[in-house]
Amino acid sequence: MSEWQPRILAILCNWCSYAGADLAGVSRMQYPPSIRVVRVPCSGRVDPLFILKSLQSGFDGVLISGCHPGDCHYISGNYVARRKFAVLKPLLEFIGVEPNRVQFSWISAGEGDRFAKVVTKITEDVRELGPATRLVKKL
Amino acid sequence: MNTTDNLRETIKMLVSEKKVDLFLGWEKGSLPLAATPLFITTEKEADRVIFDVTCGNNLSIYFTKDKKQYADKKVGIAVKGCDARSVVLNILEKQIKRENVVIVGVPCHGVLDKKKVLAATEGREVLELVDNGETVTVKGRGFELSLNRQEILSSSCLACIYPDAQEYDFFMGEARGEVANEDRVKEIVDFQNLPDSDRWEQTRAEYQKCIRCYACRNVCPSCYCNVCFVDQNDPKWIGGTCEYTDSVIFHVIRNLHVAGRCVECGACERACPMDINLLMMNRKVAMEVKDRFGDVAGLDINGKPAMSDFKEDEKQKFIMG
Repeated sequence: MSEWQPRILAILCNWCSYAGADLAGVSRMQYPPSIRVVRVPCSGRVDPLFILKSLQSGFDGVLISGCHPGDCHYISGNYVARRKFAVLKPLLEFIGVEPNRVQFSWISAGEGDRFAKVVTKITEDVRELGPATRLVKKL
Repeated sequence: MNTTDNLRETIKMLVSEKKVDLFLGWEKGSLPLAATPLFITTEKEADRVIFDVTCGNNLSIYFTKDKKQYADKKVGIAVKGCDARSVVLNILEKQIKRENVVIVGVPCHGVLDKKKVLAATEGREVLELVDNGETVTVKGRGFELSLNRQEILSSSCLACIYPDAQEYDFFMGEARGEVANEDRVKEIVDFQNLPDSDRWEQTRAEYQKCIRCYACRNVCPSCYCNVCFVDQNDPKWIGGTCEYTDSVIFHVIRNLHVAGRCVECGACERACPMDINLLMMNRKVAMEVKDRFGDVAGLDINGKPAMSDFKEDEKQKFIMG
């Protein structure tokens, strides 16, 4: 049987990170086939509820990525997002969700190589943790 | 003159001079362990006002949950330290106007937690309660107990830092000032030092008790969305049963919704029929908000709630790469 491949939800902002992922693709960069991409208009659109919901539905990890601070298409969306994540991340750790399951990054449209690196890194981190068990709804 | 008399005089003055159309205070409840909100429009009614250990209600919830009623009225309100912060938050969030509200601060020495009183009486029904300051006497059929005030205080009061109103028009009596509360973080630090698997087991055990009655949300002065995310059907974000992952998500998201806005009045915990330690998560979030953004909910009437503000050069160590 082949090795267990983590399933990671990547929530990418339309203007930077999604284009960064696109660049990684057209540049034929190699990275693990572990992510499923959701495109959002801005990282500020990401409600913490999306993150918890995806963990509950069985994703092993969640990656949220937006424009670098200062580069937001909507001027301040990623600053607002940063405050949300700055509180969400310690709170998730506090209740006992493994710290590396949910990660945030800034990737610009020109950073295809960085996108590949970030996906490789989160895949390795989540692979080390194994399949998600906490917060997963079993029916 | 004690606080109650002082409060009555002030209300009479405000009502007779037509400075307020309505005054929100507390009166003796039909049950001895809980005061009832009192809506005062005449001088005569002011004589029913009390303030003691049973006045747990955060009266500012009427400003947000019964908004239409209060839109263009001049309203007076009696506030403890935490309630005053709620009122300030309501003003910051444009739910009421500062010039339409007369804030009357009362010196608060904590309010009781019914569950703790019932534990002290071993479940026997309390028929009468007298607040003597340091001690509280409870009487029932065939027993009379004198309880130490500290033993029956709500956990939010034991961790309180700001017992006095920080923003007020009148203050009844002497302010206590800031209370240095070192025990406040102890519970959180102890919990944080556990390995994550233990933390998860404890979280799970705690929130598994939740019966999803939403009493915590309904009583919360900071929770006033027109449609709460748990009541939303399209999309339906979380299940409405007692399944524990749904309950954990409900409480985490509720906590994030009140992040930087929770005044830690403890109303949620006192309302909880399942005795869940709800405030620990709130306090953790408040700690994070204070450490990262230097903000305390409802203290600064000229400020902005933490989560609706940002600075360009904030710490972002938690971001990868």
